[in-house]
Amino acid sequence: MNANVARSNSGIFWMILALILSFMVGVAAENKGLLQFAREHPGDIRMLLLQHIQLVLTAGAVAVCMGVPTGILLTRGFMRRYKEFLLNLLGICQTVPSLAVLALAMTYLGIGKKTAIFALTVYALLPIIRNTVAGIGGVSEVALDAGRGMGMTPLQLLLKVELPNAMYIILTGIRMSIVIMVGTAALSFKIGGGGLGDLIFTGIAMVDTGYMLTGAVPTAALAITLNWLFGLLEKWIISPGLIYDT
Amino acid sequence: MITLEHATKVYPGSSSPAVDDVTLHVPEGEISVFIGPSGCGKTTLMRMINRLTPISSGVIEVGGKNVMELDPIELRRGIGYVIQQVGLFPHMTVRDNVATVPKLLGWNKSAIDNRVDELLELIGLDPGVFRSRYPRELSGGQAQRIGVARAMAADPPVMLMDEPFGAIDPITREVLQDEFLKIQWQVKKTIIFVTHDISEAIKMGQKIALLKDGQLIQYDVPEKLLTAPRNEFVKSFVGTDRALKRLNLLRVSDAMMTNPVHCQAADPSEKIMEYMIGNDLQFLLVTDGEERLMGYVNLYDLRGHRGKVGDVVRPMTITVSPEQNLKEALSRMLGFDLGIVVAVDEDQRLAGILNSKTLFSVVGDTYDERGGHWGNVTSKGRIP
Repeated sequence: MNANVARSNSGIFWMILALILSFMVGVAAENKGLLQFAREHPGDIRMLLLQHIQLVLTAGAVAVCMGVPTGILLTRGFMRRYKEFLLNLLGICQTVPSLAVLALAMTYLGIGKKTAIFALTVYALLPIIRNTVAGIGGVSEVALDAGRGMGMTPLQLLLKVELPNAMYIILTGIRMSIVIMVGTAALSFKIGGGGLGDLIFTGIAMVDTGYMLTGAVPTAALAITLNWLFGLLEKWIISPGLIYDT
Repeated sequence: MITLEHATKVYPGSSSPAVDDVTLHVPEGEISVFIGPSGCGKTTLMRMINRLTPISSGVIEVGGKNVMELDPIELRRGIGYVIQQVGLFPHMTVRDNVATVPKLLGWNKSAIDNRVDELLELIGLDPGVFRSRYPRELSGGQAQRIGVARAMAADPPVMLMDEPFGAIDPITREVLQDEFLKIQWQVKKTIIFVTHDISEAIKMGQKIALLKDGQLIQYDVPEKLLTAPRNEFVKSFVGTDRALKRLNLLRVSDAMMTNPVHCQAADPSEKIMEYMIGNDLQFLLVTDGEERLMGYVNLYDLRGHRGKVGDVVRPMTITVSPEQNLKEALSRMLGFDLGIVVAVDEDQRLAGILNSKTLFSVVGDTYDERGGHWGNVTSKGRIP
C-alpha cells in the first residue's frame, strides 16, 4: 500500500514540477515577447499537436502489437534458438541514428505520414521486444513448474502465470519506447510526416525562439504526460502482489 | 493405487540411467516416501508419475490407468503437486492460488469460495485474514501450508510432494509434519513424498523406498528398514542411531506400563510409608479422588509425617500424553531427574508410566532390572 501511495505521490510531484516549470518558462517567454506567435496561431498548434499525438500513438500501438507477440514467440521453446540472433540484430538497428532511420525509410517509401509511422515503429520495437523477453525470462522457474504440475496448458501458463508476472518489465519497455518516440516524432517533419517538429525546425531555421518554443514546449509536455499516464496504467494493470515496498 | 513397473529414465546423452528399472506399488490411502542421497533419482521418479519427466521405458499406472495413455493435462489436474520452494504465484492472492486447479476444472465461483475457505480452515489459517493476502505477505510456514492446500483444492486422490517441508526451519517443520499427518488421517490420500531426511521419512511414511543411483535398494515399512536393512548402504543411510530412530515410530501408549502403583492424596502418610518401605519404593505417584495426577511423594518427606499424603505431595510438572512418540517421551524423561515420565490423558487422569526399563524393553536393549531411582515399580494399581 505504501508503495502505491509513494508512486502516486511521485506522479503528482512531477506533474506539479512540470506545471511550475512551464509557468516560469511562460512568464519568461511573455517578458521577452516569445508567446506572441503562440497567441496568434492557437489553431495551428492544436492541429500539429494532434498530428504529433497521432504519430506517436499509431506507431506505439503498432510497435506494441508487433513487439510483444514477437517477444513472447522468442521465449517459446521452438523459437528460443533465434532469440540471441534477433535481439542482436535489433540492437544493431537501434544504433542507427533516428534521423538516419527516417531518411532510409523515405528512400523506399517516399515522404509522408505513413513513412514516418513506419520509421518510428521500427525504432520503438527493440525496447519492447527486449523487455518482453527479459520479463518472461525472469518469471520464477518454480512457479512455472508448479503451474505445469497442476495441469496448466502452455497457453494457460502464458496467460495466467508468465504474462502477469512479466507485465511490469513489459510495460516499462513500452513506456520507455513511447516516451522516447515523442521526441523522435518531431523529426518526422523532415520527411513530411507533420507534427510539432514543423514548429521546432522552422523556428530553428528562422532563428525565431518564440516560434521554436511553441513546438518544443508542447512536445516536452506531451512526453511528461504520457509518462505519467503510463504510471497510472501500471498501477491499474500490475498485481499488488508484485509490488514491493522497497 | 500407484504402480511402477520397470520404470526407467535415461536422459539423452547420458550413459547411466537416472532411474533404473524401478518396480513398486503404493497402496491406496498410504504415504510412500522416496528417499536417497542427492542425485539418486527420487525426484525424477516422482516427476515421471505426473509426466513432468517423460518415462523412457516401463509402465506407470495411476488408479489402474497407464499414465502414458492419458492426456498429460488431465492427468496432472487429478494429481496434487507440492514442491519444496512452494511455487505460489506471486501475482495472485491466497484465494486465487488455492483456487488454481478448481478454476482450471471450471468450478463455479461459489463452489470455489467455499472450497478455499474450507481448506484454509483445514490447514489452520483464518480465511478472513489470509484469503486476500499475497504470497509476499506470508511467512515460509504459512506459504507452505497454502502450497499444500492448493494441491488438495480439487480433492485429488493422489498427491506428489517433493520435499514439501525441506526449506522450512526445523521447529516449524515438525509442526507442519504433525499437522499434515493429522489432515492425512482425515483425507486418506495416496501420497508420494520425496525427502532426503531419514527422520522425516520414518515419521511420515507408511512405506519407504530407498534409492541409490537410480536403483531401488529397499522398499519396506520403516520398521523393517530400521531393523532389517538389506545391505550396508541401507544400514549406513538410516544411520548408526537407527535404534533411537525407532523411538519415532512408537507411541507412549505402546511402551507404557498401565495402571501403575500409586496412592491417593487422602491416604494416611504412615500407611503409605510402610507400604513403600515394604515394597522397596522411594517415590510414589499421588492422585486425587478421581485418579487425576497430583504429583509424587518421596519416602524422605513421609518419614515422621503424621496426616495425609496430600500434605507433602510434590508437583509433577513434566508429563506426556499416550499419543506422543517415544522420542519426545525420552527427551522429557531425561530432562526430569527422577528417571520416569508419567503419561496422563487430556483430563490429567493417570494413564501410565514410562521408565528406562519399559522404554528400553521396546527398543530392544538391555535395561536396569530395578528401573532406576524408583525402585521396583510394579503394575498393581492403587495400594489397598
